[in-house]
Amino acid sequence: MSDLLRWIGQFENSKIVALLIFFVTFCAIIIYVFTGKRRKQRLESYKYIPFEDEEASQTQRKVDKDE
Amino acid sequence: MAQSAAVGTQQQYNYAIIKKFSIMALVWGVLGMAAGLYAALELAYPFLNFNIPEITFGRLRPVHTTLVIFGFGGSALFATSYYVVQRTCQARLYGEGLANFTFWGWQLSVGLGALSYMFGITQSREYAEFEWPIDILITLTWVAYFWVYVQTLRARSQPHIYVANWFYISFILATAILHIFNNLAIPVNLFSLKSYSLFSGVQDAMTQWWYGHNAVGFFLTAAFLGMMYYFVPKQAGRPVYSYRLSIIHFWALAFLYMWVGAHHLHWTALPDWTSTLAATFSVMLLLPSWGGMINGIMTLSGAWHKLRTDPIMLFMITALSFYGMSTFEGPLMSLKSVNALSHYTDWTIGHVHSGALGWVALISFGSLYHMVPRLYDTKLWSLRLVYAHFFLATIGIVLYITAMWVAGIGQGLLLRAFDDQFGTLAYTFIETVTFLHKPYVVRALGGAFFVSGIVLMAINIAMTIRQAKVEQAAIEAKIASKMARA
Repeated sequence: MSDLLRWIGQFENSKIVALLIFFVTFCAIIIYVFTGKRRKQRLESYKYIPFEDEEASQTQRKVDKDE
Repeated sequence: MAQSAAVGTQQQYNYAIIKKFSIMALVWGVLGMAAGLYAALELAYPFLNFNIPEITFGRLRPVHTTLVIFGFGGSALFATSYYVVQRTCQARLYGEGLANFTFWGWQLSVGLGALSYMFGITQSREYAEFEWPIDILITLTWVAYFWVYVQTLRARSQPHIYVANWFYISFILATAILHIFNNLAIPVNLFSLKSYSLFSGVQDAMTQWWYGHNAVGFFLTAAFLGMMYYFVPKQAGRPVYSYRLSIIHFWALAFLYMWVGAHHLHWTALPDWTSTLAATFSVMLLLPSWGGMINGIMTLSGAWHKLRTDPIMLFMITALSFYGMSTFEGPLMSLKSVNALSHYTDWTIGHVHSGALGWVALISFGSLYHMVPRLYDTKLWSLRLVYAHFFLATIGIVLYITAMWVAGIGQGLLLRAFDDQFGTLAYTFIETVTFLHKPYVVRALGGAFFVSGIVLMAINIAMTIRQAKVEQAAIEAKIASKMARA
């Protein structure tokens, strides 16, 4: 274990360590994004955000009309 | 009633700053592309240098790149990012004064930069020719931009930050890091504009191209993808095809782009492993790039008929197609064997323009055509002019790219050909130069088409703004007469 930690701490191994960290993190992101039915629904619901400003301006219109 | 709603939206959001950046994007676009056209003509007809140092190709070329990348592209990014962050967060832009500072700081940097190059003041780093005082001004402007953007995100009414903002914020962060490290330099003295880089030799080249390619990756790609992820769904009237794919697109670009700059230095003093690493990551970049392109294009799935009637949609979908094409050509050119032929030839120039004109400029045109009428609460003055612009731009790009393929591949083959019997070069250098004349004339013709297109756009936008002012004046007159009667 201490050998592994020493290997990680050595400067010449920094490139491999960085690559492993990035690769594992990226795989974790892919697994997170593409698993879970409820998560899928939640993530896909965010794609409607650009259209919510229209609702806001329609509400504004309605308020103006009422006034 | 519609007018009062528009007034409500105008009060809710800071549109004044977006209007200023949009107008300046077009001003720099026209000037920068005209400078590019003149530089292209100088290459085809060198007498056009007229022995005037300020307009020789060597000085005009950075003026062109600075005006189009930072003037046109940068201003379009400021404008659209301020629009997108407000509308997707349903929050007013933070700090009116600070936002105005970003406008003046940016315009001053671009203007001073272009002028300084014409007078021969440059630090000779590609796409970063600004000397140190302008670099400091850019840094201050950029920190203010970051602060305005983050504070607006913090004030959002939405619990989730829409993916377009992720792309914009990564562009702001990455550009800050790139700009600072690439421009680490020591001025000759405090009162001199001249400075020398902190790096030397191959490290200097490596830093330059780490900056250079990531400027392409984060300034010219990630940021314009932010534009795409908001404006394509809005113009199509449909949400993006897959939100999860957009998340993967973002993270894959963030992880991969930083490694690829060294592919600009194949067959140089750079260590071979660095070169190979860059080529490998460049090839891997094809996957997220095409994933993103497909995500954008498939947004129109089930509504392809819009392409028949909507010229703005034509701009956006063609931009995505060019994004796909240039992100295929890039990894291809990063392979060492292909690069041995393509490097130091006009093929590289063609590739850059397929991305810059085809992707960056077309998506910006489409987004500005969508946004400007909404900012002024009116309709575009002429849809016919938008169609004319689209066809002029597309024909221009095709002429440009094909001319540069012919020039570059031909030039590469001529430069490497040698006589088997004597082992000498088969062609003299001047033969490779005279070969380029015809493709250079065609390239300038393509450029003329493209410049004509943006001139039409500038007229169309100016008339749209004028029309909005006339409509506004008519409404105000109506209200005044009603009030007088009451």
